[in-house]
Amino acid sequence: MSTSGAALLEIEDLVTEFGGGKAFLGKPQRIVRAVDGVSVQLKPGQALGLVGESGCGKTTIAKTALGLVREKSGTMRLDGRVVSGLAPKDARKARATIQYVHQDPGAALDPWWSIGHALDEALRIHGVSDKGERTTRIDEMLHAVGLDPSFRTRYPHELSGGQQRRVGLARILVLQPRIVILDEPTSGLDLSVQATVLGVIDELRRRLGLTYLFVSHDLSVVERMCEEVAIMYLGRIVETGPTKQIFAKPQHPYTRALLAAAPRLEPGSLNDTPALPGDPPSPTNLVSGCTFRPRCAFAAPKCAEARPPLLSVGEKHRAACVRLDEIGAPTPA
Amino acid sequence: MMLEKPASVLEIRDLSVSVGTDEGEARILDNVGLSLMPGSIHGIVGESGCGKSTLIRSILGILPKRGRATHGSIMLGERNLLSLPADALQKDVRGRAIGFIPQDPFQALNPVFRVGTQLLENVRTPGDSKATREAKRAHVISLLKAVQLPDAEHALDRYPHQFSGGQRQRLLIAAALAAAPGIILADEPTTALDVTTQLQILKLLRGLAIERDLSMLFVTHDFGVVAQLCDTVTVMYAGQTVESGPVAQVLKAPFHPYTQMLLACHPERAEELAGIPGAVPSPLRPPTGCRFSPRCPHARAECTAGQPPRVAPQPGHAVRCVLHLDEAAA
Repeated sequence: MSTSGAALLEIEDLVTEFGGGKAFLGKPQRIVRAVDGVSVQLKPGQALGLVGESGCGKTTIAKTALGLVREKSGTMRLDGRVVSGLAPKDARKARATIQYVHQDPGAALDPWWSIGHALDEALRIHGVSDKGERTTRIDEMLHAVGLDPSFRTRYPHELSGGQQRRVGLARILVLQPRIVILDEPTSGLDLSVQATVLGVIDELRRRLGLTYLFVSHDLSVVERMCEEVAIMYLGRIVETGPTKQIFAKPQHPYTRALLAAAPRLEPGSLNDTPALPGDPPSPTNLVSGCTFRPRCAFAAPKCAEARPPLLSVGEKHRAACVRLDEIGAPTPA
Repeated sequence: MMLEKPASVLEIRDLSVSVGTDEGEARILDNVGLSLMPGSIHGIVGESGCGKSTLIRSILGILPKRGRATHGSIMLGERNLLSLPADALQKDVRGRAIGFIPQDPFQALNPVFRVGTQLLENVRTPGDSKATREAKRAHVISLLKAVQLPDAEHALDRYPHQFSGGQRQRLLIAAALAAAPGIILADEPTTALDVTTQLQILKLLRGLAIERDLSMLFVTHDFGVVAQLCDTVTVMYAGQTVESGPVAQVLKAPFHPYTQMLLACHPERAEELAGIPGAVPSPLRPPTGCRFSPRCPHARAECTAGQPPRVAPQPGHAVRCVLHLDEAAA
């Protein structure tokens, strides 16, 4: 059992699987374990970055936390109350204070609905029956994300990419959630627009006391926005801890490779940065022990024996590698 | 000219491109200039709508139907690509002298045909156009080995979905290299890839450029990728080239206010997270003179009088901005 009672959201040993049923004409589907024993904690007001490459399971964690995808095992506590193991409808109801900002709000907004209508509908579904109250809350929220009330009558196609993101944020925040899951909130935006949107996200968090689960593959954005970060590889967390510490001293060989590969503004020699060999393997057919070992420069026979546990490597900083003592200090990033 | 400058392999001078739309003529490129030096990797960086892709399309002669170059020249050696007839472009330039790597490896390959069918059909072997099918096949396999595709011998019999994103991008790089071009144009070839795969591809491109003596134009919106890969860079804004120079200098001490403000938006550098006020102007009604002037904190009357001339305050590092007019002669 966890000792921290202060956590707002506590996820323990979460497993989410897809497939396993029968496909058309009876061929059995393979089981894909998209999330494989993940534990995370969100403290009130915290921003936790969930980082990894495509297919690592970060979006599945977000959807499982929301209750959109049913967990196979593991427990989830919200404010100390167990909200896992429920039927899908009840799970979503119990987790209503967790909300999700879609990756592409342009696709998430109905093109036939004005912005005001979309926000109004969100409030109506969540049981705010008083029309006057809905209008006030919508105006307040549009103002909070930096849009003037004239946007109520506009349609999604009239908005720029940055404005669509703001509407996406407003539509969720108008419901007054406590935990907001941001799924790649700035992917596809230009640098100057990204800066504005990140600024809005940061300010709202402080002003409204929100807690963020920030899902992203952009390391420079996560470094900037989150105090804590969890690095994922193939459904598992391989390293977690304070962002500053992990970016300064990455321990797990995958984290080291990921940080070294991330483009930075310092002109550097490509020749000095070793590239990881190969591609991530298919999650239907995983190797024993550490799943990173086929691509790891430090792999040894003992890596195949058992799944490496997350070991403490510093204050609040943990990494899942059994050879940390042997592979030496990381080169400064 | 005092000093003998090394000849560029591709020289774009004062290129303006307009596209007819239902609402009138849109000037997508406005007096664009760029030199690609032999053996160098030159980045073209800018935000969406700045004209990076139109520039690449102009070089390849594949502008949209209602688009045309109204001014300027694109010199490939002695020849101006803008005045070449369509069949000469197809025969000698596209895929021959200039190879092209497209942006999205998931869309560029047809899912219903084997990779071999697609590569062999389009591949032209250097020199001998009547090469046998076996010779072509051997040539393609040697290229697949050059781009480090695993199991190159059997790759041609497989379908696109059997390859990962990084492997598909390698297939497209092999296709671009097929006729041994001297110049490669790459349009955001790593945007759809994860960072560790991106690093593999960037290293591959760097290695191929050295090995095969290639010059490369690399279009991207990511300054980080420019820092990783490129030797020199041109920054574009709303169809104009605002600054160009060695990557280290442009990133460290940019001259143009737009470059300065854009770099200050980068999460690595931003002191506070705020974008550049205002929005990119519509190419239908662009501001006169410097197109950044309506958003520029240093703008003054002369900015709208005409586009500032290109000056080079430092050798090789040029800018089009009135703030630097007196710093150096062009």
